[in-house]
Amino acid sequence: MSQRYPHLDKLEAQSVYIMREAFAKFENLAMLWSIGKDSNVMMWLARKAFFGNVPFPVVHVDTSYKIPEMIQFRDQQAKDLGLDLVVGENSEVLKAGNTFPNGKATRVECCGMLKKDALQTILNAKGYTAVFAGIRRDEEGTRAKERYFSPRGKDFAWDFKDQPPELWDQFKTDFAPDTHIRIHPLLHWTEVNIWEYIHQESIPVVGLYFAKDGKRYRSLGCAPCTSPVDSQATTVPEIITELRATKVAERSTRAQDAESEHAFEQLRAQGYM
Amino acid sequence: MSATPTSTEQQLRIVIVGHVDHGKSTFVGRLLADTDSLPTGKMEALIASCKKRGVDFEYAFLMDALQSERDQNITIDTAQIWFKTARRQYVIIDAPGHKEFIKNMVTGAAQADAAFLLIAANEGVQEQSRRHGTLLSLLGLKQVVVLVNKMDLVGYDQKVYDGIETEYRAFLKGLGVEPLAFVPMSAREGANVAVQEPKLAWYKGLTVLKQLDKFESPPQPTDAALRFPIQDVYRFDHRRILGGRIESGKLKVGDKLTFWPGGKSSTVASIERWSAAASDTAVTGESVGITLSEQIFVERGHVATHLESPLVQSHEIHARVFWLGKQPLDKIKRYKLKLATQEAEVQVKEIRSVLDSDSLTGKVGGAEAVQRNEVAELILMSRTPVAFDNNDLFTGTGRFVLVDGYDMSGGGIVFGHAYADPSHVSTDIFYNQGQVTGAEREKLKGHKGAVLWLTGLSGSGKSTIANALERELTRQGVHCYQLDGDNLRFGLNRDLGFGTEDRRENIRRAAEVALLFSDATTVTLVSLISPFREDRARARELAREAGVPFVEIFVDAPLGVCEKRDPKGLYAKARRGEIAQFTGLSSPYEAPETPELVLATDTLSVDASVAKILDLVMPLIRIKG
Repeated sequence: MSQRYPHLDKLEAQSVYIMREAFAKFENLAMLWSIGKDSNVMMWLARKAFFGNVPFPVVHVDTSYKIPEMIQFRDQQAKDLGLDLVVGENSEVLKAGNTFPNGKATRVECCGMLKKDALQTILNAKGYTAVFAGIRRDEEGTRAKERYFSPRGKDFAWDFKDQPPELWDQFKTDFAPDTHIRIHPLLHWTEVNIWEYIHQESIPVVGLYFAKDGKRYRSLGCAPCTSPVDSQATTVPEIITELRATKVAERSTRAQDAESEHAFEQLRAQGYM
Repeated sequence: MSATPTSTEQQLRIVIVGHVDHGKSTFVGRLLADTDSLPTGKMEALIASCKKRGVDFEYAFLMDALQSERDQNITIDTAQIWFKTARRQYVIIDAPGHKEFIKNMVTGAAQADAAFLLIAANEGVQEQSRRHGTLLSLLGLKQVVVLVNKMDLVGYDQKVYDGIETEYRAFLKGLGVEPLAFVPMSAREGANVAVQEPKLAWYKGLTVLKQLDKFESPPQPTDAALRFPIQDVYRFDHRRILGGRIESGKLKVGDKLTFWPGGKSSTVASIERWSAAASDTAVTGESVGITLSEQIFVERGHVATHLESPLVQSHEIHARVFWLGKQPLDKIKRYKLKLATQEAEVQVKEIRSVLDSDSLTGKVGGAEAVQRNEVAELILMSRTPVAFDNNDLFTGTGRFVLVDGYDMSGGGIVFGHAYADPSHVSTDIFYNQGQVTGAEREKLKGHKGAVLWLTGLSGSGKSTIANALERELTRQGVHCYQLDGDNLRFGLNRDLGFGTEDRRENIRRAAEVALLFSDATTVTLVSLISPFREDRARARELAREAGVPFVEIFVDAPLGVCEKRDPKGLYAKARRGEIAQFTGLSSPYEAPETPELVLATDTLSVDASVAKILDLVMPLIRIKG
């Protein structure tokens, strides 16, 4: 191990605890895998929790607009780790071409159709009652209000005005039929913590995160709506140093968030990650 | 927010609580702004958005991210935000102060290491000031600093501050809470937050920021006794790993552990981790796995301790409970208790007292129910024994939640239980490994033991087939015995009824007895409706642990056929409403998903059924070599 970050021990133990709770309580469990740094850390934590195994299917919602390197990385990892990879997409919308920027959809509508609707379709088709999602509280205001075990209604909606209490690592594991639970094992990690952990554990990530010609991706999404930031960081320790000093928000390069003041809140209330 | 101190000190989680509109979100916004912790452009964007909507800028908008929160100008749900000082990183948890959102306040406070409790100087101590103080003490938060906010609205008057301090200090004392400090301040004006306010020169204490760095990280109780709740038992390869997080103490390879409830003992053979430095010791806070030398039955919910420091094992739990449910907590309903990883069905046996909900000072005796947002002392009763601790000794195993239907509706802490003398519980429950081996027994009898588990609806033909099978096996010289569900209820299980818990216990006992018979090399036929998959899986698991062949036989006849046969007249009775929870009619039957054998008795004869079973079972009990 290259370097130890002792303050991560508690974060790791908490995530492992959450994943084991979910695995013990839900039969039809899957993990959402965006190929980004967070979901790769989540995958690593699953292997920590289950002694090297990833004992559930891994779902990737493919918008077809992902940067090609991400798909290469996905397929290589799936092969190396022997993952049960499930790929979902909204084929109707893609076929009709009603997407951003070439179709008739706004960025937010496009996100809703290609990610949220596609996710809903695949969850319903596979009958998953619980899915892991690698979101973090420090990413954005509405995510700061999330629970570790967060119920979603029949229509996929997040009722953020009436969330269940969460006490002392006792989570919501009882729920009505036709609803499902999102489980957020990384909720308490910060962006810097994620990179420190990647450093400590030598976790593989997509090359897009490292600076090339003075630019790097800080957050990965679809090519039309994600842009790189100015950076000289070409290694993980350099990224950590850069993030410790920056005052720019992580999702500032994700254009769909900025389309209107509450764009992201609306997306999440409808069932987005 | 980017906030990582260079030190590696553990982050500290601070919750901000207090009455509605006493300035909690404003305080957090001010803290972030004054310590330069906001991302570039955040402040400017908010000011622009306020201008557009024609409202004055409020620091609270930085925390209240939901549109409805900004519209109503109140915090609905708890939010968390990261922030740092020179000493360490903090997670600030902003909790709502409105009575309607107590469950969100509790959710925020339950995750915190320390608390700032705000009281507005112009309004003084209010209902939620007291309620939040009470909840903090119940949640076990010992580090509390009281901030007397909005001092600008009372002209920075020391007399106002002194009055509030005296009143609230006395209130907290009644709860057994000793606040670390009281600080007069104004979040809106930034007075005494990061810098000393000259108008508050009469106050000689620290600013809020300095006070913040004086909070201590919670101690990790590595030196305390071991408490290791089991989350799950994994079998991904040849290893059988018990996974869990150590809540207290430490364990090492070679330690003798006792598992509660039950008190069975075994020895730690190895400590399992993945992609981590190997060590034969694991300490408080670690999520690890262990394997055991002697294979005893352990499942999710068990708590491992060392022999000399057992938990309390009891059917009754004395507790202080706060209730958040939409329906009151009453003595009639059953609730699911979740304590560490244990679950048990409980009922309220006695409500000792309920804290008066207005003043939160007086106590009311003789209540029949606990209403939403009330705090009560009560006794819970469980059908199955529960293992736990007093909360003042071990928090991880000393607190629990109650689930009503689908909803987590209350929380509680355990107090006042006496611990058994460990010399009475430890020594006599070691598994006695006799001198006669299994192989010797098998040689004597000429075959192995096995459990044949016949499941199916009443009237499906379980007993008929078991009777014929017993006759045929005996004819072939196989030692066998039938455990009939009804027969067991005449003796061993005569204390059990037909509720969910009792049916489960009925099955557990049948499985344990079947294993003893099988261990004595008897082929044991269990004919039990055993309607629930989980219970049958547990029986199978017990057999697997003991290394006994387990054959699940689904005696499958359609409900209509069973009802027509109705050999005991039970369906008729159930239809008349004389039997509650009758399997197939008013209680579900969960058909096996992967039984070893399915016998469709509406078409298959008894003889053909027996032949099919023999084909499957005879090779399993044959001694090889």
